[in-house]
Amino acid sequence: MPEKYVIHTTTAPNRFKAVSRSGIIAWEEGCLRCAVCVKERCVYDVYYKRKLDPRQMIDSIDNLCMNCLRCVQGCPKELITKSLNPEYKEMGDDFFTPEIISKLWSQAETGKIPVSGAGYPGPFSGPGFDSMWTDMSEIVRPTRDGIHGREYISTAIDLGRTIKSLRFDDSGALLAETPLLVDIPLPILLKVPPFGAISDKTLLGWAMAAKRLGTLLALKIDDVEKLPDQFRPWLVPVLEEDLTDPAIIPVGVRIVEIPWSSRFEKSAKIIKDTFPSMLVCVNIAMMDGMEEKAVSVADAGLDIIHLELGRYSEKEPETYDPRRVKDAIRSVHMKLVETNIRDEVTLVASGGFAMAEHVAKGMICGADAVMAEFQLLIGLQCRMCRRCATGLSCPVDIQDASAKWVAARVVNLFGAWHNQLIELMGAMGIRDARRLRGEVGRAMFFEDLDKVAFGSLGSAGEGFELE
Amino acid sequence: MNNSAKFRFPEVVKTPSRFRNPIGKYRLHRTEACETCGKCVDLCKYGVHVIRRGRVYIENSYLCVGPDCPSPCYEVCPVGALSCGKNPVFDQLGDFRWTPDLLVSTWRMAETGSVPLAGLEYKRGSSGGGFDKLRIVMKSGQTGQADIPDQDIDVSLQLNRRDDHGHRIKIHVPFYGGGMSYGSVSINTILSRIKAAKALGTFCCTGEGGYPDELKPYDDHVITQVATGLFGVREETIKRVKIVEFKYAQGAKPGLGGHLLGDKVTPGVARMRGAVVGHPLFSPFPFHSVYSVEDHKKHVDWIKAINPQALVSVKVSTPTDVDMVAVGSYYAGAHIIHLDGSYGGTGAAPEIAKKNIAMPIEYAVPKVHRFLTAEGVRDKVTVIAGGGVRTPHDVAKIIALGADGVCTGTADLVALECIRCHNCESGRGCARGIATTDPELMELMQHEWGTRRLVNMFLAWKKELVRILKRLGMTSIRELVGREDCLVHLDYMK
Repeated sequence: MPEKYVIHTTTAPNRFKAVSRSGIIAWEEGCLRCAVCVKERCVYDVYYKRKLDPRQMIDSIDNLCMNCLRCVQGCPKELITKSLNPEYKEMGDDFFTPEIISKLWSQAETGKIPVSGAGYPGPFSGPGFDSMWTDMSEIVRPTRDGIHGREYISTAIDLGRTIKSLRFDDSGALLAETPLLVDIPLPILLKVPPFGAISDKTLLGWAMAAKRLGTLLALKIDDVEKLPDQFRPWLVPVLEEDLTDPAIIPVGVRIVEIPWSSRFEKSAKIIKDTFPSMLVCVNIAMMDGMEEKAVSVADAGLDIIHLELGRYSEKEPETYDPRRVKDAIRSVHMKLVETNIRDEVTLVASGGFAMAEHVAKGMICGADAVMAEFQLLIGLQCRMCRRCATGLSCPVDIQDASAKWVAARVVNLFGAWHNQLIELMGAMGIRDARRLRGEVGRAMFFEDLDKVAFGSLGSAGEGFELE
Repeated sequence: MNNSAKFRFPEVVKTPSRFRNPIGKYRLHRTEACETCGKCVDLCKYGVHVIRRGRVYIENSYLCVGPDCPSPCYEVCPVGALSCGKNPVFDQLGDFRWTPDLLVSTWRMAETGSVPLAGLEYKRGSSGGGFDKLRIVMKSGQTGQADIPDQDIDVSLQLNRRDDHGHRIKIHVPFYGGGMSYGSVSINTILSRIKAAKALGTFCCTGEGGYPDELKPYDDHVITQVATGLFGVREETIKRVKIVEFKYAQGAKPGLGGHLLGDKVTPGVARMRGAVVGHPLFSPFPFHSVYSVEDHKKHVDWIKAINPQALVSVKVSTPTDVDMVAVGSYYAGAHIIHLDGSYGGTGAAPEIAKKNIAMPIEYAVPKVHRFLTAEGVRDKVTVIAGGGVRTPHDVAKIIALGADGVCTGTADLVALECIRCHNCESGRGCARGIATTDPELMELMQHEWGTRRLVNMFLAWKKELVRILKRLGMTSIRELVGREDCLVHLDYMK
């Protein structure tokens, strides 16, 4: 059994005060100067610790307040109130919601799983991955005391091509070559986002994080040169056009990504001829015809399919819908299964993974691994305001952050994701992340459950009213 | 509980908020222009304005119903001194499941013993599915059993349907309190819940945290829980009660066991649980001694050997095979199958678990009900549903989907003025003194107050259930069990 994979996290404090959901408004006018003011009785001492951050013009009170409302409900003149912070509501979009962004911030800061009391507060279900629930077993499964302790749950997966069957000669010696595989201890690859206030320091930080996590960072081929050579094994250079000259491929990398085109086989052949042990990943955009393209890549004997949702805010922003990812993965996965070639090729999906649960759900839908991209920015306190995409300055100056801090934040974030993945796998009774792929039997789908439960209920005709 | 005909429900005792400024949906403001004509005092039937020593005050702004008011004071004030707006605090309260309207309505029920008069949506939340898309179908105009007095509508529930030598236990309302352990909530919260259970002729579960001596006077209303950590489980505690609950899993963190954070393990909690002060406690999942229905039967037999007349309840979560689990529990000898849906729970849990693991209770109940019916054993076992039941309407809906009764948790805490800030687990615990073992914070709530609040809320629930049953033309809540035809779902409505 390999050594247990543990992601070591250490607190990496926010560089800027986080945007909080609600703020305290305290009017001084009319204050009675009570001998014991409610502010002095704050359980969390927020009034006592109150400071104004002169650089950001933020009152620390809004970040420290835990919303118990005791001061609001206790002030004799009702001079204190709380209200929603408009800046918070404005963050992100309807996929990267303010709630998701702020949870990612805290995971990147602390490396800890978000825990809270008082039940689930969210919607019943929703589009995309929100229409899935993962299963659990009442009795037989790895134990809770064990999953973060002595029991071994493997989150490792293999990237690359496997052979359909082993063949032997008459003497019993293996005929087929051993497949080339790159194994990573976490089913999450990193990918440099298409926009962001990204400096060389940021890139270096991400490469450090990829190395520390033992995973890979996909980046534009030109960016490889910006990083020290020692990071090569953890980088995946991405070509945006067909390859003609193998000399542009950086020595030392293990995987190269090329785009799907009518000439992808030629590009792949050039790579394989020059670097026989290199894995080739083919990028297929998540759009019509992706299933057939995926089959063509598998048929060509290539190693990895990268199913990419498409560039955020580029090309067709109005059709951009990260929630399509769930069905796209299922569709490509099923096509490969039907073609009887699924087990030979690796399927990696990107775009549409905002939270840790999406990793497990994406794998259940049929991906071997997922790529995280915008999380790499959000972990650095990005608000997804997209000012950088229009040439404006970053409100949290991501480009100035040190590589060390960037690495620590990203390691924390995926450390927390890793533990959450283990929680879900533990409850499902699955000890090996490779078994999660396509395991729809360990999930429940809204479209199956809702109709069965409610499709046969009564009807309300004339003369009836509903309550 | 000896099923005596003498049982009487308690009276409502008006029990206002513990806090100086109760939160309402609207906020009224009076300017200096007020001439003290007293017109607003006369007009308002909600008691918002009071007149004292020749001056008019807005004393109960939180009772204002805003635009729902038939005669708004702010429109008739001769000098225009009154204005009404939404309370800014209201909008930042609550969430999809517990909307600000539901929180404030529950507080109102706990104060007055009745559903709010106007201005608040007290029947459902805005989660966009499940309960919130189900509606009860009623004949228009007709009032059903209007001629039958309320007290003759039966909302009681027989818990032992196996017809064995176990206790014959009838609870007088179709719900009981779910497990919240000593340690996760304060002793005052536990006492409030158990005393309310006694007053209402029902039960309340201790959770897995021991059986504090303070509960001895209420033995006949206690369900004690046996979970994997076996915290505080002793022969003596099993013998003391009439119902024992095996907790296999819980809705908030299905398949993850229990977890009490170190901060909450105070000397009192540590003593009760036989643990070390300040160290986190895990109640590890699963029962290592149970890997099959046969193993489970051994557990049930063990309880029956110690306390032969005890009823056995099996609390399980809602996996895809919940129907098989339910039928297995029945054959192993359980009297009660307690399904805990994945969206409920009060304890600290990883957010990923609360949202994603296992199915919501609205799916699990019809699945189990139909399966047990097909198996021909539905009449022999009591199905209790919990985890996400917030209102009397939810109770009626889940019973119509196939449950016999309901287990409550979060609603109890809301009645005690929980505002769902979700910080129960951190530091000293609940800043409002409900889910805490901090000696100073605990003092924020006294159990006499808590008991009255809970009794009031549940009397409001009962009253609402009686009204619904009458509208449906039923005289007993048992007639409603599995009556899917009394419900429609907005997405599938014909």
